[in-house]
Amino acid sequence: MTAAPLPEHPDWLWRTPDPRPSYDVVIVGAGGHGLATAYYLAKNHGITNVAVLEKGWLAGGNMARNTTIIRSNYLWDESAAIYEHALKLWERLPEELDYDFLFSQRGVLNLAHTLQDVREGVRRVNANRLNGVDAEWLDTDEVAKVCPIVNVSPGTRYPVLGGTYQPRAGIAKHDHVAWALARRADEMGVDLIQGCEVTGFVKDGDRVVGVETSRGRILAGRVGLAAAGHSSVLAELAGFRLPVQSHPLQALVSELHQPVHPTVVMSNHVHVYVSQAHKGELVMGAGVDTYNGYGQRGSFHVIEHQMAAAVELFPVFARAHVLRTWGGIVDVTPDASPVIGTTPVENLFVNCGWGTGGFKATPAAGWTFAHTIATGEPHPLNKPFALERFTTGALIDEHGAAAVAH
Amino acid sequence: MLLLNCPWCGPRDETEYHYGGQAHIPFPETAGDLTDEQWAEYVFYRDNPKGPFAERWVHSTGCRRWFNVVRDTVSYEVLAVYRLDEPRPEVPGLPGPDDLRQPADPAGGNR
Ligand SMILES: Cc1cc2nc3c(=O)[nH]c(=O)nc-3n(C[C@H](O)[C@H](O)[C@H](O)COP(=O)(O)OP(=O)(O)OC[C@H]3O[C@@H](n4cnc5c(N)ncnc54)[C@H](O)[C@@H]3O)c2cc1C
Ligand SMILES: [Zn+2]
Repeated sequence: MTAAPLPEHPDWLWRTPDPRPSYDVVIVGAGGHGLATAYYLAKNHGITNVAVLEKGWLAGGNMARNTTIIRSNYLWDESAAIYEHALKLWERLPEELDYDFLFSQRGVLNLAHTLQDVREGVRRVNANRLNGVDAEWLDTDEVAKVCPIVNVSPGTRYPVLGGTYQPRAGIAKHDHVAWALARRADEMGVDLIQGCEVTGFVKDGDRVVGVETSRGRILAGRVGLAAAGHSSVLAELAGFRLPVQSHPLQALVSELHQPVHPTVVMSNHVHVYVSQAHKGELVMGAGVDTYNGYGQRGSFHVIEHQMAAAVELFPVFARAHVLRTWGGIVDVTPDASPVIGTTPVENLFVNCGWGTGGFKATPAAGWTFAHTIATGEPHPLNKPFALERFTTGALIDEHGAAAVAH
Repeated sequence: MLLLNCPWCGPRDETEYHYGGQAHIPFPETAGDLTDEQWAEYVFYRDNPKGPFAERWVHSTGCRRWFNVVRDTVSYEVLAVYRLDEPRPEVPGLPGPDDLRQPADPAGGNR
């Protein structure tokens, strides 16, 4: 295995226009989801009079902070459908966007360390296969074949009893994904406006007709929220509530190493996930801080736990150094599934609640959210992910498959 | 790491505690009469402010008692710690008890 060279940073990617007084659609938040939404609004629906407003810099939120794991091995039919749609889109996006963002289908292993983990894993593999998602159950020896550096000795505190494996899963260069989407959206006429914070909503009765921003009032036919950790702050400004809680989630990287880790390994039970970036850093994450927070930093004891787990699973990493840690703010729902749909405010739509796992969904989130905004109705793929499910009780409980404790 | 001051045991590291989410959410007094929307509010909807927030913690590896904390969710500064039988102290930036949001509040109860 050799490290793939990184793509060249292009000279130009998008314009930096001043906001116009009004647009057909305003998207709040230029993370991956906001950008993908703008891209598919233009591409699938021919709606190009669109602005994406970003309070910071383009894709500087969770999009820049995540561990870039992409997979679709979720348990329930609704989730398998939307995440698998995303994975299929990922498979063709580099060509479609004419941008090699190093989508690497190196597979994802979800390890099992207890009998209950094994049962959950086998059940999920079967559910995945019924949904046309590639999934295999691997026993301990097979785990060692896929990832020889995992310590599968029975003498560890939580021995590896097996794992689920999704060969088509993998990682991608997150920044480049954002830039690729931004470039195409921009080419099709979308205004990407950075340094523009949405501070309020302009309403006509129960209908939204624009937004107040740090760069003035911008009118809009329809408004889509794609603000991840800040969704409930915006919802409050718009006059409704969301069933989300914002939590710090952190990640870290080591210095560069020779390519040694061929896949992605996640462990729910000892709680760490590890992959090796294209350049050679080990990229690691763990669970959220349990408390609510907007501080974009996490607790040190979470790092201690994840490092202890990593060293037990990968003794070869015992002398690796942590180079950098950082945090993002993720919006978590009670059933660990997203909300994509209409809101109590007319012409205001929301895409939120992806919590710790929305990067993998970026293209499908954009696809379905664009459909919802363009037509006013959910796409079949996001219909089950409406706010109403918290009233009807039709929850999509993915805590098990979400693979990150929250 | 947070340093939380248990009302009974004194200051201890965050790792001794477990988080219990928003404080002052009483069980509905008229549970039998709630609509589905009101149940949804009670079970699934919590405030998520950027700023001071009244929340519950339990000192799980110490005295194992619950107490309330007002903490700033941006700076993580602990602004007040009080027992469950004590009234919530006034904290600038935190809505007073009368302003506490009771969106579907059929339930009454003391927040
Ligand atoms: C440490 C970490 C690791 C993760 N690992 C993974 C992973 O391996 N795989 C995976 O699938 N997911 C992962 N995630 C989750 C994933 O990053 C998020 O679910 C996803 O990025 C959310 O969508 P987004 O990209 O649009 O959000 P963001 O990139 O956060 O975009 C939201 C944008 O809205 C902007 N915004 C907020 N408020 C306003 C306002 N008032 N006005 C204007 N703009 C505003 C923000 O500045 C931000 O840029 C991880 C997250 C973190 C933090
Ligand atoms: Zn105590």
